[in-house]
Amino acid sequence: MMDRPSQDRPPQQWPLVALHSAGVLSPRTPMLATRQEGAGEAAGKPTSLYVVTLQRMVYPQPKVLTPSRKDVLVLTPWLAPIVWEGTFNIDILNEQFQVQNVTIGLTVFAIKKYVVFLKLFLETAEEHFMVGYKVNYYVFTDRPADVPRVPLRGGRRLVVLQVPGAARWQDVSMRRMETISSFCAQRFLREVDFLVCADVDMRFRDHVGVEILSQLFGTLHPGFYGAAREAFTYERRPQSQAHIPRDQGDFYYMGAFFGGSVAEVHRLTTACHQAMMADWANGIEAVWHDESHLNRYLLDHKPTKVLSPEYMWDEQLLGWPAIVKKLRYVAVPKDHQEIRHR
Amino acid sequence: MRCHRLALGLGFCLLVGTALYALWLCVKNWLPFSYVPYYLPCPEILSQYPQPKLLEQRPTELLTLTPWLAPIISEGTFNPELLQHIYQPLNLTIGLTAFAVGKYTCFVQRFLESAEQFFMHGYWVRYYIFTDDPKAIPRVPLGPGRLLSVIPIREHSSWEEVSMRQMETVSQHIAARAHREVDYLFCLSVDMVFQNPWGPETLGDLVAAIHPGYYAVPRHQFPYERRHVSTAFVADSEGDFYYGGAVFGGRVGRVYEFTRGCHMAILADKANGIMAAWQEESHLNRRFISHKPSKVLSPEYLWDYRKPRPASLKLIRFSTVDKNSNWLRS
Repeated sequence: MMDRPSQDRPPQQWPLVALHSAGVLSPRTPMLATRQEGAGEAAGKPTSLYVVTLQRMVYPQPKVLTPSRKDVLVLTPWLAPIVWEGTFNIDILNEQFQVQNVTIGLTVFAIKKYVVFLKLFLETAEEHFMVGYKVNYYVFTDRPADVPRVPLRGGRRLVVLQVPGAARWQDVSMRRMETISSFCAQRFLREVDFLVCADVDMRFRDHVGVEILSQLFGTLHPGFYGAAREAFTYERRPQSQAHIPRDQGDFYYMGAFFGGSVAEVHRLTTACHQAMMADWANGIEAVWHDESHLNRYLLDHKPTKVLSPEYMWDEQLLGWPAIVKKLRYVAVPKDHQEIRHR
Repeated sequence: MRCHRLALGLGFCLLVGTALYALWLCVKNWLPFSYVPYYLPCPEILSQYPQPKLLEQRPTELLTLTPWLAPIISEGTFNPELLQHIYQPLNLTIGLTAFAVGKYTCFVQRFLESAEQFFMHGYWVRYYIFTDDPKAIPRVPLGPGRLLSVIPIREHSSWEEVSMRQMETVSQHIAARAHREVDYLFCLSVDMVFQNPWGPETLGDLVAAIHPGYYAVPRHQFPYERRHVSTAFVADSEGDFYYGGAVFGGRVGRVYEFTRGCHMAILADKANGIMAAWQEESHLNRRFISHKPSKVLSPEYLWDYRKPRPASLKLIRFSTVDKNSNWLRS
């Protein structure tokens, strides 16, 4: 009831009954914690009931009149959070996710000479990626013997999956969609709750945790986060399936870091693969390959979380501006000529 | 001979007719597998909407994300046309419960009329008005796809009792009926009116609204239940926002478990002869600490007309109306 003259009405109180038991008086009625639907907002027909009860925590009070970040947008127009440092309290999120016992899959492709990046990628992932959670690394490679032995923490395992290489790096990049799509049904659905699809020529430099998890997430490309949509390097030729006209587009997402629930990643990778096949049949290849198709998909299927460029950075090219408080997942300097053509 | 041929001819026509009908049924029921996305499909591009501005400096704005990354909804945080475009094809039904007990039936007319104007325009809507006097509920004309159900409830001894029983009534109603009839459910106080659009920006798994009296107040001053013996007890160092009991909702399944949890806590208190400071609102607040809402509505969605409106709240959508509390509760 609304009327709330908070000062005048004293609370009513009935005489205390003598008998009480600790269980009854416990401020938190224990409920069996089962799996939550996922951190993102979900529309559509409801499925089953999941209850997550948090234990008592102490942390600073959020202030309604004080935005967490004044310099950047933290919520998209379709109400998906944009994850920047300062927007989230990792302790609360960890509480919410730990109770659900989630397993996160991290896919990475190390084809031909790209196997050299694996050691640093995996070592830094061990230090910064989903620490404290069950993680399955899925390393797709044409050179399984060259996959390094990296010591892993408890609850984390490495799965090496052999796939054929390809002559052109563009094809290597685009084939990833097909591979991830087919493995979603084959394995990922049974083994993990969330999938993160990452590029291998990168390293983790700071915390990347459950704040990124939701049904479908994309990451802002660090070169375009301040650009107008007309300047985004979308595929502009109408003949391509990835075509986006100049007056459309929300953000330019990077192909190197995306993910979500297994079902949604399956949907995304399948759609991108089919779009690339259609383009191939029409004799056209999108300007940025799988990244162009990813951007088209995320325009039509809005992500439920967007990761800031903290999650995809290149310090050599872009320095360290004030707006990016943490560099979490960064490019490893490489000689493009050398690495792509062996 | 002619009869014989006629009979044959008719028999043949009947056979062909039946075969065609069977074929038509087959074709009608053969639908290509259509996957309904779990959430947020945007099948056709709504081509003209402004690009989101990532690097905007906006000094006098509200917090738009909770520390657990739930959106806080206020004017300017969302694009209504874009959301409409996304949610409309999902064919959702939104339920709305309100309790009009005793003299509170006098609020129903304005409540429903304003809801007709502003609440979930363009969606299937079911109003559930719980009352101890069904005859006193006015028949307000409703738009297409919108239905009213008047549900009789028993009388209670005091207004406090009425207030505390609401959680139980809603949870039982969901279990009995609403789970089949609606996808989302909002539980609102009836002594209020809609003044501006309330749309799909409010839909979420579990939705709470910030109380207009406490959004600028430190947590140790929130009117939580402070007695340890109550199941609604909240310590000085706990709490995110003070949520109003007059607005909450979410997916119908989540609302069920939320109201049921509150009801159990209320019963536990009752067994110990204690009633929380603000009745079910205290229990709601306790529960929202350990079961954080996935979406939070700013005080635009739960306003008190007596308060002066600050500049940061641009659009009041749902607000109290002038009334005499003492008369109503006698």
